[in-house]
Amino acid sequence: MELLVPEIGLVILQTIAFLLLMFLLAKFAWKPVLAAIKEREQSIDEALNKAELAKQEMTRLTAQNEELIKQARLERDLILKEAKSLKDSIVHEAKTQAHTEGAKLIEKAKIEIENQKKAALVELKNQVSSLSLDIAERVLRNQLQDKAAQQALVTTLLKDVELN
Amino acid sequence: MDCSHVFEFQVKRLIVVFTLFLAFFSASGVLAQTDSTHISEEAHRETIKKKFDIGKFALHHIADSHSWHVIGDTYISLPVILYTRNGFVNFSSSDFHHDDEGVVIVERKGLRFVKVHEKIYYASETANEHGQYVDLDEKHHAINARPIDVSLTKNACTLLISIVVILAVFLNVANGYKKRKGMSPKGLQSWMEPIILFVRDDIAKPNLGHKYERFMPYLLTVFFFIWFNNMLGLVPFLPGGANLTGNIAVTLVLATATFCITVFNGNKYYWKHIFMPNVPWWMYIVMVPVELFGIFTKPIALMIRLFANITAGHILVLSLICLVFVFDSLYIAPVSVAFAVFIGAIELLVAFIQAFIFTILSALFIGMAIEEHH
Repeated sequence: MELLVPEIGLVILQTIAFLLLMFLLAKFAWKPVLAAIKEREQSIDEALNKAELAKQEMTRLTAQNEELIKQARLERDLILKEAKSLKDSIVHEAKTQAHTEGAKLIEKAKIEIENQKKAALVELKNQVSSLSLDIAERVLRNQLQDKAAQQALVTTLLKDVELN
Repeated sequence: MDCSHVFEFQVKRLIVVFTLFLAFFSASGVLAQTDSTHISEEAHRETIKKKFDIGKFALHHIADSHSWHVIGDTYISLPVILYTRNGFVNFSSSDFHHDDEGVVIVERKGLRFVKVHEKIYYASETANEHGQYVDLDEKHHAINARPIDVSLTKNACTLLISIVVILAVFLNVANGYKKRKGMSPKGLQSWMEPIILFVRDDIAKPNLGHKYERFMPYLLTVFFFIWFNNMLGLVPFLPGGANLTGNIAVTLVLATATFCITVFNGNKYYWKHIFMPNVPWWMYIVMVPVELFGIFTKPIALMIRLFANITAGHILVLSLICLVFVFDSLYIAPVSVAFAVFIGAIELLVAFIQAFIFTILSALFIGMAIEEHH
């Protein structure tokens, strides 16, 4: 069949044209296109990798943050506890101190009171003695002013005194 | 990759093609009979008129031509360029005055040329009884000597047009990558990128392995060349309509390219497999010739497959349209148009599938030649 016999002219033209086309496309189309596609694919891969890394970093950071918060909470609790115990101890100390101080003061006051009391008693005694002396003097003086009565008294007294 | 559906489709196509070829042979047989019985020109023409020869019509349309039919009686006469005994000769094909039977002689550089069935021959000294300046054999084929015909025929023009189209498309695409560096594709670029990636990821990589990059320019070029020309051939009017990828010369060149790449890139394992296969030595008598034969049958299969599929598609569409003339009735038109549209849709698919098959088989053959054995 005629269709199955290749025309030599078209074979020549096709060879030249196809080689030319391949050369031109390879140089000006396929090379930049494939390079660009490859580059883009790489950049996409890289971006995805980076995103994955960022995600991991994020989870890591979150975990770290949680850990930090937990630690901080623990620390806060600890500090609060410490503070409370400190407060308690301070209060307790203050109380005991106040107690001892008070007791001391009371003791002191007692001693003072005792001292004062003693002094007052001495004073009182002194005054009582002087007063009684005074009174006695005055009584005596008064008594001794009435001679008749004295006489009478002495007489009575003497009367009473029986010489035994 | 799952290709079973493709091959199943191939089988169906083969059946269609086979049936059609049978139809043509029987038709041409009838014609030959009528030719031999009716000698007079008038009667011959009457027979043609009476009985529309669908086979001849279709074969004429799928063959190459020195003029391009536009519409009605309008033709574009294409330049004829010949490499003759006296060097290059060129003239317009209109100098033949639409003669295709070797009657009109064009004389250039002291040489006389005639055109018979779109082929140019050196004219005989004297005309035969039909006024043809060619000697015919018993099958009515001219047996005159021929110059080398590198004319810008319909197919050559289509070749140039397709190259311009392909270059325009892919330089535009490449420009898109330059302009929008690292960004997502846009416009024509986003139409072509998936197909380029398809060729790379589904054709080249699985068959060629890590060395695929070296063969990408060839695979991409051959894929898009076949695909674009298949589709251009389906366009029924001017810039399209030629049967370029259904021309055996074109498929021959493409298959030869695959053959050359396979042979020149074949590694020692490939040649060892052919000349020293792992069989007992006395088997070499059978194995080596078979393997050597295989080197050639693979590209020949490529050549025939593409040629036959595309040519069959063209013949099919033409035949369906021609049903109107065969039945000589306008009422058959809706049926033939409906069928032609259906086949046209399938042909669009075939245009892609054939480009794909040619490319994947090329990749497969190259892959077999460069495969490393560990």
